[in-house]
Amino acid sequence: MEMIVNPPQALSRAKDVDLMQTPKIVARNVNVHYGDKHALKDVSVDIGEKSVTAFIGPSGCGKSTFLRCINRMNDTIPSAKVTGEILIDKDDIYDPSLDVVQLRARVGMVFQKPNPFPKSIFENVAYGPRIHGLAGSKTELEEIVHRSLKRAGLWEEVKDRLGDSGTGLSGGQQQRLCIARAIAVSPEIILMDEPCSALDPIATARIEELIDELRENFTIIIVTHSMQQAARVSQRTAFFHLGVLVEEGTTETIFTNPTERRTQDYITGRFG
Amino acid sequence: MTKAIIGSPETRLRDAVKRRIAARYRAEFRFRLYGMIAIALTALFLLIVLVDILLKGLPAFTVHQFRFDVPVVLADIDPAKAKDPEVLRGADYQALVRDALRSHFPEVKDRVGRRRLDGLISSGASDTLRHQVVADPSLVGKTLSIAALVSADAELYFKGTGTAIDRKPGASTISVSGQEGPVTLSTSGSDFSEWAKAYRQRYAKLGEKLDAEVPSLLVALNGGLVKVNEISAGNISGEVLLPLKSAGDAQAGAWQLVTYLTPESNRRVKDREVAWLEALRAKGIVERSFNWRFFTSGDSREAELAGIRGALVGSALTLLVTLLICLPLGVAAAIYLEEFAPKNRATELIEVNINNLAAVPSIVFGLLGLAVFLNFFGLPRSAPLVGGLVLALLVLPTIIIASRAALKAVPPSIKEAALGVGASHQQAVFHHVLPLAMPGILTGTIIGMAHALGETAPLLMIGMVAFIVAPATSVTDAATVLPVQIYLWSDLPEIGFQAKTAAAIIVLLIFLFVMNGAAIYLRKKFERRW
Amino acid sequence: MVSIYLILLAVLVVVGFLFGRARAAASAGITHSRPNYHGAFVALGIFVPMLLLLAAGLPMGRSFVESQALAAYDVNATEGLRRSAALRDINAVLQNRYAGEPTEALRRAVQTYSSLNWIVNAALLAGGLLIGLLGFYFGYSRIAPAFRARTQVERFIRIVLLASAGVAILTTVGIVFSVVFETIRFFQQVSPLDFLLGTQWSPQTAIRADQEGSSGAFGIVPLVAGTLLITTIAMLIAGPIGLFAAIYMAEYATPRFRAWVKPVLEILAGVPTVVLGFFAALTVAPSIRGWGEAFGLNVASESALAAGIVMGMMIIPFVSSLSDDVINAVPQSLRDGSLAMGSTKSETVRKVVLPAALPGIVSAFMLAISRAVGETMIVVMAAGLAANLTFNPLEAVTTFTVQIKTILVGDQEFDSAKTLAAFALGFVLFFFTLTLNVIALQIVKRYREQYD
Repeated sequence: MEMIVNPPQALSRAKDVDLMQTPKIVARNVNVHYGDKHALKDVSVDIGEKSVTAFIGPSGCGKSTFLRCINRMNDTIPSAKVTGEILIDKDDIYDPSLDVVQLRARVGMVFQKPNPFPKSIFENVAYGPRIHGLAGSKTELEEIVHRSLKRAGLWEEVKDRLGDSGTGLSGGQQQRLCIARAIAVSPEIILMDEPCSALDPIATARIEELIDELRENFTIIIVTHSMQQAARVSQRTAFFHLGVLVEEGTTETIFTNPTERRTQDYITGRFG
Repeated sequence: MTKAIIGSPETRLRDAVKRRIAARYRAEFRFRLYGMIAIALTALFLLIVLVDILLKGLPAFTVHQFRFDVPVVLADIDPAKAKDPEVLRGADYQALVRDALRSHFPEVKDRVGRRRLDGLISSGASDTLRHQVVADPSLVGKTLSIAALVSADAELYFKGTGTAIDRKPGASTISVSGQEGPVTLSTSGSDFSEWAKAYRQRYAKLGEKLDAEVPSLLVALNGGLVKVNEISAGNISGEVLLPLKSAGDAQAGAWQLVTYLTPESNRRVKDREVAWLEALRAKGIVERSFNWRFFTSGDSREAELAGIRGALVGSALTLLVTLLICLPLGVAAAIYLEEFAPKNRATELIEVNINNLAAVPSIVFGLLGLAVFLNFFGLPRSAPLVGGLVLALLVLPTIIIASRAALKAVPPSIKEAALGVGASHQQAVFHHVLPLAMPGILTGTIIGMAHALGETAPLLMIGMVAFIVAPATSVTDAATVLPVQIYLWSDLPEIGFQAKTAAAIIVLLIFLFVMNGAAIYLRKKFERRW
Repeated sequence: MVSIYLILLAVLVVVGFLFGRARAAASAGITHSRPNYHGAFVALGIFVPMLLLLAAGLPMGRSFVESQALAAYDVNATEGLRRSAALRDINAVLQNRYAGEPTEALRRAVQTYSSLNWIVNAALLAGGLLIGLLGFYFGYSRIAPAFRARTQVERFIRIVLLASAGVAILTTVGIVFSVVFETIRFFQQVSPLDFLLGTQWSPQTAIRADQEGSSGAFGIVPLVAGTLLITTIAMLIAGPIGLFAAIYMAEYATPRFRAWVKPVLEILAGVPTVVLGFFAALTVAPSIRGWGEAFGLNVASESALAAGIVMGMMIIPFVSSLSDDVINAVPQSLRDGSLAMGSTKSETVRKVVLPAALPGIVSAFMLAISRAVGETMIVVMAAGLAANLTFNPLEAVTTFTVQIKTILVGDQEFDSAKTLAAFALGFVLFFFTLTLNVIALQIVKRYREQYD
């Protein structure tokens, strides 16, 4: 398999300045409790459109928790309680009248461990369009699958075996399949929860390259353990610690000139 | 690209999702509803079973008795002979009870009538009297107050399965032609024609003659009871069931039209018996009490005498054998498989075997017992020993699986700690792992025992179906067990046994609930989070 | 006698233990094992041979005594019934409860019996004492500081543990042997083809021994049909209800709801089948008959429907708990993946969870079918005896288990084709359920490995 080994650099930072003029996501005073545990404390942040935002911080700092608030995946945990306000395009997603199914169709998610369904590659990608009724005909569906796999950079590798099980692919391919599955429903936002933590460096590079390409069309939030990864793929970075959003800013600022001491310590490897 | 894909992907998505969302939520609701219906049906079924059994069985826990004063004057026993316990035991106490009952109805002199009267008391009615007198011979010659068990039919009548009785005061004066035997009645009013009119609506064939296919009409007057056989214009003839105190006229309101609503042919207790039983009830002779006998006597062919003591003893002995065999065997096997077994084909074979045995139909274990224990080893039929052996093999897989789970739940660090101070592998297991796993093993054992207690089919195969009155005294005596007793009783045609069967089921279920409750309690109490 | 022997054994074992321990404790130098192990070693040296002698000697001695006594009684000892009658007589005389005056022959037999019995018992006791003392000498003489008594004792314990585990294999072997031999004898009298393909089942009019092969009344097709019919009805009820209950419990129920419903399912699973049989026969069957008559249908009082419905209810907890397990084994990440795409919960369950759990659910259903086919009491009490070849659920049908029970309960002559037929049915039942179980357990095993 040929691979592009040099990691894609997120170079086009010139336009980052006006990213925050019209934020895609606005979060205000978000608190999350798991039973007695106060997992996320008063998080307020704006996320810009069509850009990559990285959430970094030591494990257990609340970055994944906050990510899961954005498409309300915390609803699936019975003990979780979310307060505060998260607006996507000025719609409050915790408004009781808002439908969680429609929300999740707009906010896709890619998980830490690749989790393809135990179905064929084609069915994995077609699943979303099918349940949402996005394709009127079989050819249309095939078109969507084709396009999604292509955009996820997987088409060339699987085009001859779309009927094979998705679980038979390699880890990196599985993760790209999951990304294809997510973009098949044309979401506006894609949440990625440590998408490369279970992958080898080559597969990771491939995913990072993909993320950079997807930035053209999607608002992407990526949770990552790796500061290098955050530096490589993101335009903006938010640093979480002990359930608190410590600092948020352009990736360059965070990594070169953070205002907070804790950020500085984490970046330089004093803890974490 | 087709037309539908043209346009901003976001709006297209939102529109598409919105269009279908209502239908999708309806499907979601339906799906959820199916689940709830499934659970509700299951719970409903359990409820119906339990309520049905309770309703059928609870009446059997009470029993009706006649309270009689019985003078213990036995024809062939004078106080001198009474010293001999053999004579005392062999005397005819039933006759004493019969006489006591007959003394309430001196007018019954014919053989048929007397036999029917005697039929109201159980053939075991004199058992307590016999015990009392044998235990204390000085009672001979004295008068004792005894409670005589009523017969199965009378019992059912008292429990309300006989007939409903309607009483209506007469509106006119009635006169009667005699005090006993066939009589004619005449009345100034239209009580009888109105009665006939009222009942003809439901019973079209109700004519002048009142046969057993229509409700029975009786007239209560002058302290007695007349059964009406014929109502024709101006002539009402009948037969006296309970003698009248006088033959005089009865004024309006002083007599009653009594209707036994269930036609006589549809009930086991006929009009004459109903009249007697009602008369006895009116005298306050009928007592209702808890049916201790059900727990203290063995099986019987008479429904009112049958009890579950033999079956309880049989179950206890059988379970004892089962426990003694399968607890040590099960724990030893579990320890071997969990701690010492090498990973090889033989071990795998044993494990596959255990899992499969857990799913073999129980009747096949019965075949095993029949062919191996009875026919090959020549062990006694119907014995708790064989029953216990078969049940032990039946529940062994359960106990092994539960014990293994309990052993596995003990963290390896405990064993490693013991090994670290120089204990041998066996010492580590027997001194540290096994005691910690014991609550879990016991829980599994209790559940296995509960399973064994309710098992029936294999025990039928090894002949635990014998009719056994006396409880077994050893594990080689012929015996039966509670579930088999339930099966045997349920097969009997007498209606009285239906309630007995349900009552025995209630006892069995109580035992099972207690055992399972104990298991849950144990599990909760000793549950440990490592 | 046995009790005297056991007391002797206990005394020797205790004495052996104490002596062994004392000797080990008294010996100079560092011992490999604690004195208790030396004691246990000596005790085992006494216990094992003495027990083996008892286990072997008791039945051998008894059969010797009995055969001699029967020879004195002039009874042909090979004839089962007369043999046991004669032994009963002898026992009755011995216990002074023989009705009437014993005959001369009986008196002789009793005489032989009691005198030989005494000799055999005395010999056993003497032999036990001797072998016990030998065992003691063997164990006691080996005690030395360097002797590894613990290793020896632990080796013995290990063998005991292994033997206990081996009982499972022994049980299976016992089952196979108990059905296979009788089945072979059955097929010597009835052709296997008639058995498997015959459409007539009427063992009650069984062929007498002198009429071999004169009738084809042992065809199991009606039994297969009846068993299949009742099992199908049961699965039509238990399948959907059990599966939906499991789905609801695993995917929707709050922990509180689960805490309430789990016990309900457990109680239902714990209700003995004889109770459900009573319910089926006395409540369900009459109700179905009543409703059927209300619609002008002729329903048999022992209809397959009644037995099938109640059996289905019995299997619900079985299906639901097994399905619950396999549904819970589906990794949460698959659910998350589906939910995150905006699918509803039921879409996730239907399109992702159930397909993923399918092998497990199939094997749960197979185990449930095996359970239904082997269930006895419900069908014995609520289904009929008549071997009707029908698929009408309102008619009475009969099943394998009902026929086995009917033939074998009560008195049987052991060589008649009728009795042997029951074992042949048992053979078919055992191997059918065994096959289902093995396949199902294999599927489950592979399924679990897939998600571990």
